[in-house]
Amino acid sequence: MEHVIKHTEFQDIYEIRLSGSGGQGLIFVGTVLAEAIGIYDGKNVTQTQSYGPEARGGASRSDIVVSRSEIYYPKTTKLDLLLALTQEACDQYCLALKEDGILIIDSSLVTQLPLREVLGFPFTQIAKEKLKTPIVANIIALGTIGALTKIVSKKALIEAVKKRAPKGTEELNLKALELGFGLPRKRRNRRSREKK
Amino acid sequence: MEEKVKEKKEILLQGNVACAQGALAAGLNFFAGYPITPSTEIAEYLAKNLPKYGGKFIQMEDEIASISAVIGASLAGAKAMTATSGPGFSLMQENIGYAYIAEVPCVIVDVQRGGPSTGLPTKVSQSDTMQARWGTHGDYHSITLAVSSVKECFELIIRAFNLSEKYRTPVILLMDEVIGHMREKVTLPQPEEIKVFNRWKPTVPPEWYQHFEINPHFISPMASFGEGYRFNVTGLTHDPLGFPTAKAQEIKDKLDKLRNKIEHNINDIVQVKEEFMEDATSAIFAYGSAARSARQAIRIARQKRIKVGLIQPTTVWPFPDVYMEHMSDKLELILVVELNQGQLVNEVLRTNCGRARIRRLNRYDGELITPDEIFKRLREVR
Repeated sequence: MEHVIKHTEFQDIYEIRLSGSGGQGLIFVGTVLAEAIGIYDGKNVTQTQSYGPEARGGASRSDIVVSRSEIYYPKTTKLDLLLALTQEACDQYCLALKEDGILIIDSSLVTQLPLREVLGFPFTQIAKEKLKTPIVANIIALGTIGALTKIVSKKALIEAVKKRAPKGTEELNLKALELGFGLPRKRRNRRSREKK
Repeated sequence: MEEKVKEKKEILLQGNVACAQGALAAGLNFFAGYPITPSTEIAEYLAKNLPKYGGKFIQMEDEIASISAVIGASLAGAKAMTATSGPGFSLMQENIGYAYIAEVPCVIVDVQRGGPSTGLPTKVSQSDTMQARWGTHGDYHSITLAVSSVKECFELIIRAFNLSEKYRTPVILLMDEVIGHMREKVTLPQPEEIKVFNRWKPTVPPEWYQHFEINPHFISPMASFGEGYRFNVTGLTHDPLGFPTAKAQEIKDKLDKLRNKIEHNINDIVQVKEEFMEDATSAIFAYGSAARSARQAIRIARQKRIKVGLIQPTTVWPFPDVYMEHMSDKLELILVVELNQGQLVNEVLRTNCGRARIRRLNRYDGELITPDEIFKRLREVR
């Protein structure tokens, strides 16, 4: 008996990297996203993290691999989606993206853009202005990811945020998520207005 | 009642947390430790949850004190464990030796990071493999298990406790940063599916009891302090009553006992996972997180009709000698993949005795080896 593996059996992989600096809550957001995709949307998922020995600051990232079949290698090789919340993260990881990969940046922190299509939203600025705290910028970005891709459903994200958010912050985080969901739509509306 | 008839549920779980939950399922009731990256989540989870199960959690001043507390608790009848990483594992070595000679069941989890010394706290490595076997001095036989997935964290920590209770010996569970910090979707077994083994208790009256009795099984029943049985515990080589001895025969008997209780039960202790080995002419030998990359690499190779299989020892020590000798006859090539400069490859070479071609692939820059690297190397050496 010879074991032959078909291409489709293991290579329908979608790779996501959430990157920035320590303290921006990227590993937390990674966990929420993995929970949403894995448990509430029912796909296979692994989440790994990479950070420096510092307690605050330093590069930090969370890698998520999504697949319909079992996932063996839990790290990423070529990214389908990159979220960069700092200039450093954007510079360092934008080359790891696939040619048709999606790059989402925090335009209030990343000012020098790479030579490719970029989707910029001022997550930190919006968090400060609308929710009076910069700490939920990560959840706003998560909502935007949910709105821009088909990798995770809105319902799953809401359930995951409810489950994983620290006690007492559920409402704030859900508000942030909703805000993030609305961002791409607003942008589209603005664009279409400009065209007219 | 309704609570009990729960359906099997998929959950997203981190390796370290799975390890802690497995320990609770195995009946853990004492944890002493000192937090260290990347093992901290084990202590964190147990600090919160062990007291709910009626157990004791204590954060000690360092790792030397931690392993000492664990040994003491076990002698008093507790199922005890500690969790650490390389630097802490080094500090524990002296007292792990004490646990070997005093035959104290306990579990030591080492979530490996880069070394030597403080090394790379947040990066992956498998460089403690040999330390798990030869870390402390003297003649002894280590039982060491290695995990490669979140589910295995849960399963193998239970197995570690069972082996340690069964054979009255410390058991080391090797994890690594990737597995410890990784979150994965798992379905955990229900409590009734889990087999838990508890240490043999003496059946003789207290005046006949020998704490280190030499019997045909080489495993002495173990009373706990406070149960009415008198016994002495020492790190000095001792007679069956536990008192230091200088008699040649008693010394030899003691050391033979330490060896034989492992060697005579090797089939119960050693476990190897295989994949695609039925028709394989070559194999990748990998354990821990490297085995994950190997599984993917094998699928890439199989797609190209290369007949390669996976040998993944979940018991690293004692080394699966008999199994590997058999494989050396059967296979043309064995590629040993490790996240260190080459540790278990020497054991593969020893059991191989020049029969199959042994090639190695090592990565030790703090990153997990990629499936493509393994596949490339496999094509190169075929």
